[in-house]
Amino acid sequence: MRSVSIIGAGCTRFGERWDDSLRDLVVETGIRALEDANVSGEEIDGLYVGNMSGGRFVEQEHIGALICDCAGLSRLHVPSTRVEAACASGGLALRQGVLAVASGYSDVVIAAGVEKMTDVTGGVAADALAAAADREWECFFGATFPALYAMIARLHMHRYGTTREDLAEVAVKNHFNGSKNPISQYQMEVTVDKVLNSPLVSDPLRVLDCSPITDGASAVVLAPTEEAKKYTDSPIRILASAQGSDTLALHDRRDITTLDASVFAARRAFSMAGLEPKEVDLAEVHDAFTIGEIVAIEDLGFFDKGDGGRATREGLTAIGGEIPINTSGGLKACGHPVGATGIKQAYEMVLQLRGEAGKRQVEGAKVGLTHNVGGCGGTAIVHIMSR
Amino acid sequence: MSTVPRFWRHIPQRYNLVGTHCPKCDEYYYPPRAICPNCRRAAKMEDYRFDGKGTVVTFTTIYNATDDFKRQTPYNLAIIELDEGPRLTGQVICTPEEIEIGMRVKPAFRILGKDGERGIIYYGTKFVPAEGSV
Ligand SMILES: [Zn+2]
Repeated sequence: MRSVSIIGAGCTRFGERWDDSLRDLVVETGIRALEDANVSGEEIDGLYVGNMSGGRFVEQEHIGALICDCAGLSRLHVPSTRVEAACASGGLALRQGVLAVASGYSDVVIAAGVEKMTDVTGGVAADALAAAADREWECFFGATFPALYAMIARLHMHRYGTTREDLAEVAVKNHFNGSKNPISQYQMEVTVDKVLNSPLVSDPLRVLDCSPITDGASAVVLAPTEEAKKYTDSPIRILASAQGSDTLALHDRRDITTLDASVFAARRAFSMAGLEPKEVDLAEVHDAFTIGEIVAIEDLGFFDKGDGGRATREGLTAIGGEIPINTSGGLKACGHPVGATGIKQAYEMVLQLRGEAGKRQVEGAKVGLTHNVGGCGGTAIVHIMSR
Repeated sequence: MSTVPRFWRHIPQRYNLVGTHCPKCDEYYYPPRAICPNCRRAAKMEDYRFDGKGTVVTFTTIYNATDDFKRQTPYNLAIIELDEGPRLTGQVICTPEEIEIGMRVKPAFRILGKDGERGIIYYGTKFVPAEGSV
């Protein structure tokens, strides 16, 4: 297997992009990534795009061919593949791109993600997202996506003493980070009080515990590490790409407060990279809900099980702390265009490892980890990368 | 939400909490499984009707639901561990203040929801508090 590097990255501003269609978002991000990588269309020999639900959100399937067309690559007939793993579609697209280059089948590959979510009403969007859960045995009985994470939160609080305030601290931190990120959907900071007084969605989770509905797209360009310097002075090397699966329904899990798919993927990734969790300088983790971040920093091995709330409360996950988590603002503040999120995490990591993250830069960042979850843990994708 | 056949396909299982039992491993499954994930071989799985008594493992109260369930808000949703071992997701009919982790529940046959577009009412198992709650 060949070593693979990211040679360019681009991302649109995340948010309610009323004026822009899914196609506009793809064109915007594609141009940025290709310019950043100094790559011409002729060199590209593969395209993978993460998209969860074009069919529900914009009534468009066959996103692979569409993206190829929008990127101006249709006359070159570049093979283009859509991948889907609910909210982990972007992370999975990155992994497919990495595998294609690593195997030698492809040389220069674009891994992209896109979701246009605001063309439908809130109810339709909620139902489309609920399709990431088990339709027959969860949603049929009235489960929603926030409800599943709320049940994780309830048990985590009951078992480990995690407090309602600890959950709020995740939102406070990520909004602070998001306010330093020009592409972030939310530019405003929030306080613990504001989170605790926001309307209940699914007790104990409130509106400000939940990631928003977002439009956005993101892309990275991959090449073999040995050729990466041809394109850029600052390639970011992929040290590990790992994936884990678990039951679709939350109630069938071994432990409801642990995403075993994350644990599995993280263990594989660390062994592949030959690294320990403490050697990672920063991470982008899947905080679709505040409890998601607390569970993630435990499952990835940064903190012991049950200790994620305390770590957050003590500021260990803030920029300047022991391991800064979600410097981009995370899904919570930067926004969560589901298919694009996994690629945006890689985009943020590229900026951080190049030292281009501006006001949210983690000093001396060398090794970063990205963690993308589908549903409430049916799929987990972990990448480790370094400069 | 879905087509009529999809609502009715699992009727015996949803109405009567019918699952399966692997006699080889002595494990119970709900929803029913054709192949035991434990021994993975075609040890003859047999149908098993759960009486539905169980314990609340974790729960939430939903204030913001999808369109199909909007009329029912707020409602309690829980992961329930049946006494034979399998877990399932279901609604618990009581106030948000009453429900707690470890609470004993038993099944009740109720209207589950209504398909917004077609107005079809569908039924299934919900849960109510049972004696012997901790
Ligand atoms: Zn068996």
